[in-house]
Amino acid sequence: MFKIIDKEHFSEHVVKFEVEAPEIARSRRPGHFVIVRVGDGGERIPLTIAASDSVRGTITLVVQEVGVSTRKICALNVGDCFTDIVGPLGQATHIGKVGTVVCCGGGVGVAPLLPIVRAMKEAGNRVVTILAARTAELVILRDQVAPYSDEVIVMTDDGSLGRRGLVTEGLEDVINREKVDQVVAIGPAVMMKFVAKLTKKYDIPTMVSLNTIMVDGTGMCGACRVTVDGKTRFVCIDGPEFDAHKVDFDEMIMRLRSYN
Amino acid sequence: MSRSAAWREDLRKSMSAKTRSAIPRVIMPQLPGEYRVTNNEEVNQGLSARQAVVEASRCMDCPDPQCVTGCPVGIDIPGFIKNIQRGEFGKAAEVIRRTSALPAVCGRVCPQEKQCESKCIYHKMKKEPVAIGYLERFAADEELRSSERPQPVTPDDSAIMVAVAGSGPAGLSFAGDMARKGYAVTVFEALHEIGGVLKYGIPEFRLPNSIVEAEIDRLRGLGVKFVKDTIVGKTISYDDLKSMGFKGLFVASGAGLPRFMSIPGENLIGVMSSNEYLTRINLMGAGREGADTPVTRGKTAIVVGGGNTAMDSVRTARRMGAERAIIVYRRSEAEMPARIEEVAHAREEGVEFMTLHNPIEYLGDEKGRVRAVRLQRMELGEPDESGRRSPVAVPGAVEEIETDMVIVSVGVSPNPLIPQSIDGLEVSRRGTIVVDDATMESSVENLFAGGDIVRGGATVILAMGDGRRAAAVMDAKFKQAD
Repeated sequence: MFKIIDKEHFSEHVVKFEVEAPEIARSRRPGHFVIVRVGDGGERIPLTIAASDSVRGTITLVVQEVGVSTRKICALNVGDCFTDIVGPLGQATHIGKVGTVVCCGGGVGVAPLLPIVRAMKEAGNRVVTILAARTAELVILRDQVAPYSDEVIVMTDDGSLGRRGLVTEGLEDVINREKVDQVVAIGPAVMMKFVAKLTKKYDIPTMVSLNTIMVDGTGMCGACRVTVDGKTRFVCIDGPEFDAHKVDFDEMIMRLRSYN
Repeated sequence: MSRSAAWREDLRKSMSAKTRSAIPRVIMPQLPGEYRVTNNEEVNQGLSARQAVVEASRCMDCPDPQCVTGCPVGIDIPGFIKNIQRGEFGKAAEVIRRTSALPAVCGRVCPQEKQCESKCIYHKMKKEPVAIGYLERFAADEELRSSERPQPVTPDDSAIMVAVAGSGPAGLSFAGDMARKGYAVTVFEALHEIGGVLKYGIPEFRLPNSIVEAEIDRLRGLGVKFVKDTIVGKTISYDDLKSMGFKGLFVASGAGLPRFMSIPGENLIGVMSSNEYLTRINLMGAGREGADTPVTRGKTAIVVGGGNTAMDSVRTARRMGAERAIIVYRRSEAEMPARIEEVAHAREEGVEFMTLHNPIEYLGDEKGRVRAVRLQRMELGEPDESGRRSPVAVPGAVEEIETDMVIVSVGVSPNPLIPQSIDGLEVSRRGTIVVDDATMESSVENLFAGGDIVRGGATVILAMGDGRRAAAVMDAKFKQAD
């Protein structure tokens, strides 16, 4: 079980895996995540499912090397197995026909965004997708989002691909250009914070998917708790998606540093 | 092996009641407190065979044994104790196994002082009750130590398939009973280890993982299959189970959702639930070599709560190097729900107790790490609905103490994963699955539930009792339909 059947380097530190997990492939929906573990002493870490193939019985995960556990994962090769994968976890994305949806993905946040882009398009929305990264080689899944996007805008911090600038600049241009009914933003916490700030100004409903620290991922530990609308919520059970305008991002960013 | 067996009559006649009752209750050998805090070794060392036989001889073998009525799974207590007395330790374990799937676990973690032992005839004589719990553990450990294993059983192809969601005490108890009744049982577990709270919750110094493993191996020997990394209702639905051929489901998914107090500063770094703290250490091995999972190591650990989980947390904190480990509890020690033994062990290990104190705010440093807690002094007022005197704030009596780690252990709510994902399942306002008290059957046909997902937070043995009852009813139902 959980055998890796395909591995692709998107960049030096960003790897895509296609993994055998037939039951999860069958039951998962956009927005769901899994908890994975590699090795006997391995940590349990959450990864959002980027895609699945119920015929092949596989799910696609995109992993960025940032610490001990992600380094272990990225060192796995085709034919190796994840020790454990459990899911699908979390609440599925609420997909509806709302009009124009702008999907903003930052860095590896584009991976969990991909199924949402697709579902939004299939629900009959006009979809504008903004991919943002520090530099050209970190822009991922551009060809995969394109078929489900009416327009793809690429933003890089250094201008090495697409437009130079932050995701918020690209988003604000779209907002000024046309009526936007909903924004979806997935990426680093800071990016989501500033997207939320911007869309609040324009009063556009915005959904974010939060990537907090988790242990079990099933509601048991509470490590993932965030303050949403003044109340403590668990990302693993109540999320991972929340109304961006109600999330206390500063607290979340602080808590992400719990073990640094 | 009834009470009227000749050997039991002989044992009864062999000693007068006066002689029996003059024997002092055995004292459990334990490791010294100062040594304990340096490691994770089991505190209670278990009785020697000699100690066990002497203790067993204290039992009067009453004609109407009240101890049995105090046991949620109705173990034939005099039956197993008398077998110990005559040296038949294997038979003693056999007697326990007839009604309990996990004797080595129960012998360690059951609150016997509130159950079987509280009904012992010795109380009427103003003497200490027979140490039933120690004897249960002795019999179970002897059995695990012996190399003899029951023949592995493979359910035949015609066996009815039943599924269990959750491999904690309720699920294991149900699985064991159903396997013995001839069903093909598969237990699905969400985590990567089998055992539920016995693994992630209760620390090794109170219940070694090797003991839990040994009990699980016995269930495997009975033909029970275990599937980890699988959440019923998420990974596979109830309908999936039915189409796979499962006729019944027992949901024992536990009390997975930690409660917090909703006070300012509770989300500061270093403030966590006891579930998180214990899971990191017990399940993930944080602090052990080769484990990737990190854990906070505080110098001054504050643990909020007075239950067994609070004691487990505070004692773990001492072992993880906390110089001061302090229980903060809003009532007095008399109202603490923790077992007396656990409180005593904590004290021996240098744990401090601040009873009649309640946290009202946590204060953080510039990095968002907890640095102090503000405690409200309390006093006891009128009894509340739980029958315990309720704590009332003493106006103006607030003190601040420095801390770098806070473990909140004020209870848990039922895990919402399964209740949310099965259509038509009746769920209470508290989030527990509603079942018929007598049958443990839910609003969905052939779906039974028990343990904390029904009770909202109870003990290992009550959960096991639920599993046992559900097994009996499900079996009767299927046999009737046959």
